[in-house]
Amino acid sequence: MNVALAKTTTGAVLDGTFAAARGRLPGVGTVAETRQQAFDDFARTGLPTRRIEEWKYTDLRNLLRDVAPLAPTPDQAALAQAAKMVETLGTGDTQKLVIVDGVFAAGLSDLTSGGGVTVHALSAMLDDATSATRADLLRSRVADPMIALNAAFATDGVLVDIADDAAPARPLHIVHVATRPSVAAFTRSLVRIGNRARVTLVESFVATETAKAYQAHDAVVLWIGDDSDLQHVRVMEDAGDAANIATAIVTVGARTKFNTFSLTTGGGVSRYQSFITMAGVDSELSTNSVHLLRDKQHGDCTFVIEHAAPNCLSRELFRAVLDDRAHSVFQGRINVHQIAQKTDGKMMSRALLLSDEAEIDNKPELEIFADDVQCGHGATIGALDDSLLFYLRARGLPEKAAQALLIQAFVGEAMESIVNDDLRDVAISAAERWLESRA
Amino acid sequence: MTALLEVKDLQVRVEDREILHGLTMTVNGGEVHAIMGPNGSGKSTLSHVIAGKPGYEVTGGEILFKGEDLLEMEPDERAAKGVFLAFQYPVEIPGVTTMNFLRTAVNAQRKARGESEYLVPDFLRKVREVAASLNIPMDMLKRGVNVGFSGGEKKRNEVLQMALFQPSLCILDEMDSGLDIDALRVAADGVNALRSPDRAMVVITHYQRLLNYIVPDHVHVMSKGRVVKSGGKELALELEESGYAQYEDAAA
Repeated sequence: MNVALAKTTTGAVLDGTFAAARGRLPGVGTVAETRQQAFDDFARTGLPTRRIEEWKYTDLRNLLRDVAPLAPTPDQAALAQAAKMVETLGTGDTQKLVIVDGVFAAGLSDLTSGGGVTVHALSAMLDDATSATRADLLRSRVADPMIALNAAFATDGVLVDIADDAAPARPLHIVHVATRPSVAAFTRSLVRIGNRARVTLVESFVATETAKAYQAHDAVVLWIGDDSDLQHVRVMEDAGDAANIATAIVTVGARTKFNTFSLTTGGGVSRYQSFITMAGVDSELSTNSVHLLRDKQHGDCTFVIEHAAPNCLSRELFRAVLDDRAHSVFQGRINVHQIAQKTDGKMMSRALLLSDEAEIDNKPELEIFADDVQCGHGATIGALDDSLLFYLRARGLPEKAAQALLIQAFVGEAMESIVNDDLRDVAISAAERWLESRA
Repeated sequence: MTALLEVKDLQVRVEDREILHGLTMTVNGGEVHAIMGPNGSGKSTLSHVIAGKPGYEVTGGEILFKGEDLLEMEPDERAAKGVFLAFQYPVEIPGVTTMNFLRTAVNAQRKARGESEYLVPDFLRKVREVAASLNIPMDMLKRGVNVGFSGGEKKRNEVLQMALFQPSLCILDEMDSGLDIDALRVAADGVNALRSPDRAMVVITHYQRLLNYIVPDHVHVMSKGRVVKSGGKELALELEESGYAQYEDAAA
């Protein structure tokens, strides 16, 4: 098929989708202009193909074909289904902010403010005619077609402000629930964390049984101040035939700790791309990502870390367990700016292939402009060790149970990084669900 | 009475090479058998085939365990029915704590036998009791299975499992390899404590030394894939004097 033709066709269809959706998209005046600019930016490339280096292993034009039409505003039935879904999350006592089919559901959310935490719906802020900066809510420092598409279509999300010195007792928990088939939801959330704050942020992506072949397009923009600590856990359990294309754009201040964990078991096509800037001195970043994929699932985990200040440390750990014909992608890029002396950055990718047809692509990239830094990367790919399997089976574990124990051990190292016990259990039980459904 | 273990005319290949050429032996409940022989005589192959390790092709003969065809069973079924192999080189499993491993294994065996799972307090009490008798500190059980354990600790961990699982057939594959005298004595004491009228042991060893601590009822000498001589415990002492050379000739 002719690629140029496909691009035109996709563009034309999308033009119609955008025109049709425009009336529903929140924000007037400058916001509408920003959306149009973002859409034009997207339209220049369309869905990224393998010809765009950053998307080489995740050719969305091939994997997604098209952008689905915008999801309708959830009705009472959808909200009731979503409410049931939220109850089954088992994430302990968290402050839940629920987004259903791309629309913030105030009735299902806990909007308690206080303790330095303020929460608003993004749509309300975009519609706030008194705000001079509302269009900024849709802008970002990263040029990427899917971020642009998200800005053009974003219907809702949350805007969270956490004051200096705040330490909310409960984790903040953004829950995305999909309830409808063959539609797309576009969400965008912004979280601003002040100085000397201690925060735990959780993101869950789940679907009700009626949601099939849908698309979740999400962006999260995070600012973390100085001397703060953010523990972040993201668990993506979207439907196996859904798409989840998500971006995190994070700016980390000075002497701050940012610990982020993500687990992907859902989605037929998924990409979680994180752009993290270490903007202040003496900060520490730890990223732990786990893919548990099977069938024909395609999962992409991409990290771009900018070391833009001296003496910061970054550790990236990636673990993939791939069965059947699953395909996992890990791209890790570390850019060390000239000013960022004494940077210590390392990334490590390890993949466990449970089938001959599973595939992983690793792409580490280091670009270093400072002369006194330590950076490194490594990757291993292997199968389950037969001698370990036999030992466990000789002790009475059936084959699948023996495999499950070794797989848990393999991903366990990444999960150990989750400080909050409840949240670690959430990640472990999501992994257990995946293992049980294999048996 | 049905024998606990009957190996009849067992022939085993690994890839294109035949390792066992018709091995026969019978083990009854309560007995301790020693299998001795030079390197490459097929001792470990026999233990692996009984436990069900993949990679061995049985081309003839049979193995009956309590009258049932053992070769038809998966390794985990054999374990649940009471076959236990103490490994010559116990593997290290990082990320799985010994305690979690022990509980998972015990409960998998109990489930296979249609028994209820151990209650956690009962299980802990049992582990503590056995671990103390084997001089295994509880801290060790919180670490990954065998990770960072010394040779002696690994072997004691095998004996600990034997004591917890209460198998009816224990096969000890070169338990003495890599152990000094003190470590050997602790492990052997643990094994001796498990001797009972309804449990049999097959002790595989290259040297007579181990048999000073675990005294066998029967000794078999293997050479080139066959049992070439069987006798009482005095046969082991005789071998210590005369070596294996005579049997290698006999087998040839």
